[in-house]
Amino acid sequence: MKKTSRRDFLKLAGATGAGLLACGAGNALANEGLQVNNDELGMLYDATKCVGCKACMSACKRVNSDYGSLSYEKAKFDEDGLWDAPSDLSGSTRTLIKLFKESEKRWSYVKYSCMHCQKPSCVSVCPVSAMTKEKVSGIVDYNKNTCIGCRYCQIACPYNIPKFQWEKAVPQIVKCDLCKATNLREKGITACAETCPAGAIKFGKRKDLLEEAHQRLKDAPDKYVAHVYGEHEGGGTNHLYLASMPFNKLGLPEIKPEAPAEFSEKIQHTIYKGFIAPVALYSTLCFIAVKNMKKHQGHDDDHQKGGK
Amino acid sequence: MGHSEEYKKLEGKIFTKSFFILLSVVLLGFYFVGVRYVKGIGAVSNMSDGYPWGIWITYDVATGTAIACGGYAVAILVYIRNRMQYHPMIRSAILTSMFGYGLAGFSVMVDLGRPWNAYNFFIPSKWQANSAMFEVALCVMAYSTVLILEFLPAILTSIEKSKWDRMNAIRNWLHPKIAPDKKTMEDKLEMVRLGAAWLNPRLNKVLIFFIVLGITLPTMHQSSLGSLLLIASTKLHPLWHTGFLPLLFLLNCVFIGYSIAILESIISSYSFKRPFEIEELSGLAGLIPFVTVIWLTVVIGDLAHRNQISAALKGDFYSGWFMTEFLLVACGSLILFVKKARKSARWLFISASMIVLGGALYRFNVYLIGFNPGQGWKYFPSFAEVMITVGIVALEILGYKVFVALFPVLPNMDLHGAHKKKGHAKKHKGSEADKTLPAGEAHAH
Repeated sequence: MKKTSRRDFLKLAGATGAGLLACGAGNALANEGLQVNNDELGMLYDATKCVGCKACMSACKRVNSDYGSLSYEKAKFDEDGLWDAPSDLSGSTRTLIKLFKESEKRWSYVKYSCMHCQKPSCVSVCPVSAMTKEKVSGIVDYNKNTCIGCRYCQIACPYNIPKFQWEKAVPQIVKCDLCKATNLREKGITACAETCPAGAIKFGKRKDLLEEAHQRLKDAPDKYVAHVYGEHEGGGTNHLYLASMPFNKLGLPEIKPEAPAEFSEKIQHTIYKGFIAPVALYSTLCFIAVKNMKKHQGHDDDHQKGGK
Repeated sequence: MGHSEEYKKLEGKIFTKSFFILLSVVLLGFYFVGVRYVKGIGAVSNMSDGYPWGIWITYDVATGTAIACGGYAVAILVYIRNRMQYHPMIRSAILTSMFGYGLAGFSVMVDLGRPWNAYNFFIPSKWQANSAMFEVALCVMAYSTVLILEFLPAILTSIEKSKWDRMNAIRNWLHPKIAPDKKTMEDKLEMVRLGAAWLNPRLNKVLIFFIVLGITLPTMHQSSLGSLLLIASTKLHPLWHTGFLPLLFLLNCVFIGYSIAILESIISSYSFKRPFEIEELSGLAGLIPFVTVIWLTVVIGDLAHRNQISAALKGDFYSGWFMTEFLLVACGSLILFVKKARKSARWLFISASMIVLGGALYRFNVYLIGFNPGQGWKYFPSFAEVMITVGIVALEILGYKVFVALFPVLPNMDLHGAHKKKGHAKKHKGSEADKTLPAGEAHAH
């Protein structure tokens, strides 16, 4: 009995395992390939031009506070509540200027906000389609009326961008939507790009921004790190960066050119393609179980007859 | 299935001292749940934008459902591998699964920021099949329903045989003015009884298709629980981030399932002062090493393939947790290779505990410990957060204790004894000191 059970068991485990191994290996069979759409809207932030005035931050809150239910964050030292002093992106701040200081002479500002990925992880993981990517504009948008608040988008985003309103009984996810329902609709430009007095934020189509970025790199190679951040990171983003310092020092993570969502979706799709595997599994198991039941019932009857 | 005599209600009182201790823990937990709904999740938890998933997801959902896989693991054994001798264990395994999954679902509703939107899971236009969580959510909801159906025969049998003593006691206790008329009440209860008697055999006929569904669904969602973290390629430590996550989670829940079935049986035998079901347990225990060996092989093979062996042996924070998880499972399995250990309740208990701990730690490593969203983010659960989880676990134990007293769940040991040599079973029932039953023949089936 021992031997048979061992063999049966290994058979079962082997069959399940082999099926999953094929997907685990993540072969290129199911790779649909990522199409980069350079006609999508985006922004180019040039850290060398930024003067750190934070006008973009207050413009963002002024324009979007009602729509995005953003509140102003009080600084700890400020009892009268005069100062908006966020230290990071949060449930009340969609964009933020930070200063990175390596030494007295070497420093750089950096702007954080949603990167508007070509293949956004947050959209890929949202179970109820509350995160969406608009087909034409490429804006990664959020719908609070659909969101269940599972925060999987936060786990998935490699840039740590979506934020959650932890202190509210009726919370929502907060992230940049390129002023989609506010400034962009009214004036055709995001509030931060419109406000920036130093010309550090340029708004436009991705292809124009990329061209502009490479032109700037060509014109002043000494001034910049020779890389446009976001051109290839994680499958490409519509928010692009130029800077004079290595980007990982500015808090922008190093990300491979393959979008994380490509990797996970490939595996998930292989397992659930056409729902064939689960249905096959169910029918096979049903067949075995019913056969076993019949065998067993026969046994039972024999027993009873023998007993009587 | 005609197995109703296999099971028996547990005799004894429901309202014991431990009942009230558990109840107070549950109430404390629920107080914090109340606070969470009034003041927001931030008021009770230490979760942050860097660690948006805390122990509610890591323990209650990801680990708790694995621990609740006893029903799944035993069902595979009984119905797929045709080992009917384990049939007496299945009801208690299913009962624990039912509570485990039900309360995992409950804690998800505590964790969700906007639970009132959860109905979107049932609206096809909102479905997002790319999301592993979508798959997990639908499967877990379906499986919880299946578990209730699988347990229903126990409730129906109990209703069928009920003399309604408690109902009558409540009626007598009520003031005569508000108490329902005795005759009407009896008629209505008789209707319920007849209904149950009508439904029970019909349910039994189709039950096997639900049982198989109850094997398919966990296979799907337990692997998807691993898929959930596939996307976090930049945040999850390379020791754990691999394309094999779905397979590893599936194997992991199977060996946790068998181990927990052993633990649960030993603990309930011990605390309800029933004889240990050593024969069934040692058979179960013999299976575990085969699953763990596959799991351990995949883990090592995958690490070697990705050139991460050195990271595992580095001796830093992550490698420490990895080694702990790995060694707990490996050493626990090693014990089970020894035939003598498989026949001893003590060694079974020790090895099964090690495997459950190691397997659970694997899930913690994937969801929390190996998860690093970047510099500056830290997470350690708050007191309130822990108390909510503890309250939920207490509710599971409480529910289990009440259910085994109300419904025929535990194996009927008298019948068991009759299968074996009668004298043996009787002798060992009395002697509590002797924790091991003699190794008898396999069951007559």
